[in-house]
Amino acid sequence: MIEVTDLHKSFGAVKAVDGVSFVARDGEITGLLGPNGAGKTTTLRMLYTLMNPDAGSVRVDGIDAATDPLAVRRRLGVLPDARGLYKRLTCRENIAYFGRLHGLDEATIRARSAAAIAALDMADIADRRTEGFSQGQRVKTAIARALVHDPRNVILDEPTNGLDVMATRAMRAFMRKLKDEGRCVLFSSHIMQEVGALCDRIVVIARGKVVADESPAQLLAQTGKASLEDAFVEIIGSEEGLAA
Amino acid sequence: MKSAVLTVFWKEVRENLRDRRTVLTTLLTGPLFAPLVFAIIINVAVTRELDKAEKPLDVPVVGAEHAPNLIAVLKQQNIVVKDAPADPERAVREQDADLVLRVPKDYGDSWRKGEPAQVELVFDASQRDAQSSVARLTRALEGYGQRTGALRLLARGIAPDVARPLVVAARDQSTAQSRSGNLFGMLPYFFILGGFIGGMALAIDTTAGERERQSLEPLFANPVTRGSLLAGKLGATASFALVTVLISIVAFSIVGHFLPTEKLGMSLELGLRFGVLTLCVMLPLVFLLATLQTLAAAFAKSYREAQTYLSLLMFVPIIPTMLLSVFPLKVQTWMYAVPVMSQQVAITRFLRGDFVTTPQLLLCFGTTAIAALVVYLVTSRIYASERLAISG
Repeated sequence: MIEVTDLHKSFGAVKAVDGVSFVARDGEITGLLGPNGAGKTTTLRMLYTLMNPDAGSVRVDGIDAATDPLAVRRRLGVLPDARGLYKRLTCRENIAYFGRLHGLDEATIRARSAAAIAALDMADIADRRTEGFSQGQRVKTAIARALVHDPRNVILDEPTNGLDVMATRAMRAFMRKLKDEGRCVLFSSHIMQEVGALCDRIVVIARGKVVADESPAQLLAQTGKASLEDAFVEIIGSEEGLAA
Repeated sequence: MKSAVLTVFWKEVRENLRDRRTVLTTLLTGPLFAPLVFAIIINVAVTRELDKAEKPLDVPVVGAEHAPNLIAVLKQQNIVVKDAPADPERAVREQDADLVLRVPKDYGDSWRKGEPAQVELVFDASQRDAQSSVARLTRALEGYGQRTGALRLLARGIAPDVARPLVVAARDQSTAQSRSGNLFGMLPYFFILGGFIGGMALAIDTTAGERERQSLEPLFANPVTRGSLLAGKLGATASFALVTVLISIVAFSIVGHFLPTEKLGMSLELGLRFGVLTLCVMLPLVFLLATLQTLAAAFAKSYREAQTYLSLLMFVPIIPTMLLSVFPLKVQTWMYAVPVMSQQVAITRFLRGDFVTTPQLLLCFGTTAIAALVVYLVTSRIYASERLAISG
């Protein structure tokens, strides 16, 4: 479970995140929805302790990120916005490197890698060097790498970004599988259909603030719109009106 | 914690061993290029100098007909008299001739009267290449003058020693090793440069390279402190640099035996003692250079930017070498306290077979190690900053 309370982060005069609070529960998929530049990536970066918040707190499974960042990272599987691989290492070696950094023994690493390679259907590329991988192959490798320590909580920053239709479908299926395994899945996206199709709960962020925190059905009911896209525009739009 | 450092270390080593360009630089071009070029230059220079001493010396002479005896004496000394150019001064200035000897018309009259007879030696002192020829001709002329003077005194019943109240006996204290030391003053720089080149690829790849290919952010999401990541990366960088230096020392120890040093009455101390001591003083410097390179590369946003910074940084270790060759300072103890300079001084002395005291060695090792530690602490602070991780 990931609990975020009143998170703030500024870069100079720009308030990138301005009082974000939400809870992502176990066995649910929580979507962080917002236009580009809304503060989604910065929020996620504070969750996986890459950045320190100016104010507010992050708790993962009850552990405070400010006091014990290493324990928080141990409980998180992260697919960041930057998902570079080591191109002179094979797919399997990339996964094993992160496994060792998590302190796993070699037998566990072998077993987990094999399981991930089967689950993500990437046996054909497992022992190839990652140089020249397609976008989809890169994302699969990055996800397998991020989940090698079998984390309870999974954070995915725009996981379907740049993927083709087949790869996107596979990715969504994989996220549902993570949810069915009882994990807490938190992902960011700016694609309405994706969020609508996957999420148990939608957190809408605009200009560094949370403007809605509902289930998809509640979001539709609240705005009185027929589609999530219209609801989304309604929420963001009204917020723009308030700001102006 | 400890195993995380090793994990990072081995991953960086393994990954970079798969990069053919890095391996070539570390194992081949970095360590071998400089000693080989150095050996070739020394070989050519020495051989040329020796050739000149043994070969007949061509001297263009103006007015040779005025001094037939002088010319005969010069010919006995393996000097070949040639026709002089029309304008001797111009010929020397334009380097058509190394030197020209001019015998004036009144040479014969002065000689017969017993007055000092003048000959003119036209040369250009700024032409290094002509120096040995000028010295050789001057010696031949002065020798002839002294012998004639002595004969004249004898003819008048005076002992020639009367005209020589003072004799200077030169007692050269240079040893064969110290003479070669002067010639090999550039050598320490090649070792230092080897360490720099050997670590360069990894220093960039593990910092700016990692950021450029966007793998730094996922790496930082692992439950490992940034200090451990930095330690593993620095260890890998320093190891590559150390291998380069080691190969460089071994290569030079072998190549050095083929240099014609014995022809110059020089000898180099290239045994195991030289290798071990040199490696010993280079060890902390390799770490200092690796941390400096990592620090510089950590500021860079891209691979290319890091390369630019590091190329500039490469000029830093040459400064003491240049200073010491322009101002040949006497070796003093404080020099052992300045990193790079201390290695320069110590390795030159090892090569000459001179003694370096244990406190001096400790000073050299200690100050460089402390400098490395300080740079390491600064680098780890930079590494802990938020800004470092963000790729975009």
